[in-house]
Amino acid sequence: MPEKILIQNGHIVDPSQLIDGIGDISIENGKIVSLELKSGKAKSKARASDGAKVIDATGLYVTPGFVDMHVHLREPGFEHKETIATGTKAAVKGGFTTVCCMPNTSPVNDNSEITAFILDKAAEAGACRVFPIGAITKGQQGEELAEIGNMHDTGCVGFSDDGRPVMNSLIMRRAFEYGKAFGTTMISHAEDIHLAGDGVMHEGEASIRFGLRGIPSAAEEVMIARDIILAQMTGGKLHIAHVSTKGSVALIRKAKKDWVNITAETCPHYFTLTDMAVEGYNTAMRVNPPLRSAEDMAAMKAGLADGTIDAIATDHAPHHRDDKLMEFDKALCGISGLETALALSLQLVRDGVLTMSQLVNALATKPARILGLPYGTLAAGAAADIAIFDPNRTWTVDAQTFVSKGKNTPFDGWKMQGQTVMTLVEGNIVYSL
Amino acid sequence: MTRKHLITMRDLGKADIHQILDTAASFKDVLKRDIKKVPALRGKTVVNLFYEPSTRTRTSFEIAEKRLSTDVVNFAVASSSVTKGESLFDTIKNIEAYGVDFVVVRHSSTGVPNFIAEHMDVSVINAGDGINEHPTQALLDALTIREHKGSFEGLEVAIVGDIIHSRVARSNMIGLQTLGAKVRYIGPPTLLPPQAPPGVKMYYSIEEGLKGVDVIIMLRIQMERMNKSFFPTTADYFCHWGLTKDRLAMAKKDAIVMHPGPMNRGIEIASDVADGPQNVILQQVTNGLAVRMSVLYHLSGGEHHA
Repeated sequence: MPEKILIQNGHIVDPSQLIDGIGDISIENGKIVSLELKSGKAKSKARASDGAKVIDATGLYVTPGFVDMHVHLREPGFEHKETIATGTKAAVKGGFTTVCCMPNTSPVNDNSEITAFILDKAAEAGACRVFPIGAITKGQQGEELAEIGNMHDTGCVGFSDDGRPVMNSLIMRRAFEYGKAFGTTMISHAEDIHLAGDGVMHEGEASIRFGLRGIPSAAEEVMIARDIILAQMTGGKLHIAHVSTKGSVALIRKAKKDWVNITAETCPHYFTLTDMAVEGYNTAMRVNPPLRSAEDMAAMKAGLADGTIDAIATDHAPHHRDDKLMEFDKALCGISGLETALALSLQLVRDGVLTMSQLVNALATKPARILGLPYGTLAAGAAADIAIFDPNRTWTVDAQTFVSKGKNTPFDGWKMQGQTVMTLVEGNIVYSL
Repeated sequence: MTRKHLITMRDLGKADIHQILDTAASFKDVLKRDIKKVPALRGKTVVNLFYEPSTRTRTSFEIAEKRLSTDVVNFAVASSSVTKGESLFDTIKNIEAYGVDFVVVRHSSTGVPNFIAEHMDVSVINAGDGINEHPTQALLDALTIREHKGSFEGLEVAIVGDIIHSRVARSNMIGLQTLGAKVRYIGPPTLLPPQAPPGVKMYYSIEEGLKGVDVIIMLRIQMERMNKSFFPTTADYFCHWGLTKDRLAMAKKDAIVMHPGPMNRGIEIASDVADGPQNVILQQVTNGLAVRMSVLYHLSGGEHHA
């Protein structure tokens, strides 16, 4: 690691300091020491004389490294789908410097030994920062609370039974209450499994047309409504994972007005694709919650624009080819998302849905704040976790070139605009195009 | 008609359907002959790949195939490697390696015929996929209707029962609309789609829905639906949606009653209606044979009538 780095002439966007302009960032010993904006068009001269490594970021955006609140790294237990090493490599290729991994591994991350295992692996093989999310209940069975306190102490930054809901409302109440002692957040995988039934895609015009069993929007919305009520009752912190329906956005918007301690995320596929993409039964389109209607997709954009939805998370869910090469209704759910998230999200800026500052807020600053992490900022003294990207660079998705083991993407062959050029974690260049 | 697969009724235009029905009509004459076999598909091989138990459709396909002189292989899933855990992909790759010409497939998962067409170099005929489609049933129903009504234009057709789980309903709806008929769905709200497909009228009341219809297509009610609370009991269902003589009287005097079989007497249809003068159910069975012969014939590149 060079002790000193100077990132010059980049377009710096840092929502944490309301910065949006051309400037330089100086890094020393892995920390940001200064950020200088230029007035006018004056370009700074290379200041190589002080021995700093100079990175020319002319024409590029320089932002806090992205923080993904929701990934599946599959280790331990499903190393054929992904490992902490490959998953974090995919992350830094996407501009992410921090990822939070969900507990549905094998064994489930429901105790501090598994948490410690993940953290050790990440320290040894991780290309970026890894923070585990612990299970709310033992074995994610929804019946007894897992050791939330111990896992919190070991390093879990939030709790979720992601992949499954906590159907028992009493258990969820207790989780909110117990979590308060540690100031931790309950991340809700909002799905009423009875309402979802044996559905495999969004219930609506498209499911009727394609002859597939539907999952109604209500399956998500009734659980969000329940969790809002429980969060309000207990004063616990609630974060809604992978929001996908218009009704969910409305519920969250109202809860925020009512001062409920609630935040929410959505994923690039929910603001990019609709249920019509299921035509032809490509199992890459199989995801939970399912791709929704055009109206829901519009609501995701509106929710991001007005801040109802705080964060963009990938729900990176890598799978082995064999888990997808089969009947649509038997294929496993999930999308390998880390390597396409930035380009898909930049489309929101090009379409005028979000400003660049709002986008960086949703990708970096806000998720770090939700989980109480000191990242997502370029403030002096902060760790030099930085994404440098070209918003215009065009490229074509080729799933086979993903560094993630999961090649399961609905976007294979898509023409994309916007790509990560360099990623720094703690001042180390961990990815370079 | 130059087409490789028959997977969905959406792929067939009005002229395509009539062409298939015309050929089927000629095959019906063949079926009345003393020697019922024609050499049309001699040297071709058909694999009947049935992942769901089926007596009627499988038998109908098999007889149709044999009447056309194809070599027929029945891939019986219960006794195959599938029960040993082989994936669909591996199974079809194995079958492909035998060098077959047609795969007739039935599977409980929607989209399996598409999957096979994508991964295997054969002609695929959908014999029922999940709750999606059953095109040859729609074609045999169309032939039966045409024989009785002459044309489809303006015809009112009611499909009654478990609409959302029925591939027969979906394929018939698509085919009948293509042919110019008007389709109604009748059933309890739990068994109807949450919103009506374009051009379809939905009725909760069978008395209302049957008023003035020319054709009634009854669907089989599956007992497993009851356990999942789609309706409380078969008695409650029959009381409100069963086709009785009184309800049949709401339809046009010359309305025909169809059923894809197997029937549940006393659940979706009263015995006296099932055996009554307006039923054409056994005619459907004969037409099924002729239509399947026609489909195989056309997909193999046959242009002229037999």
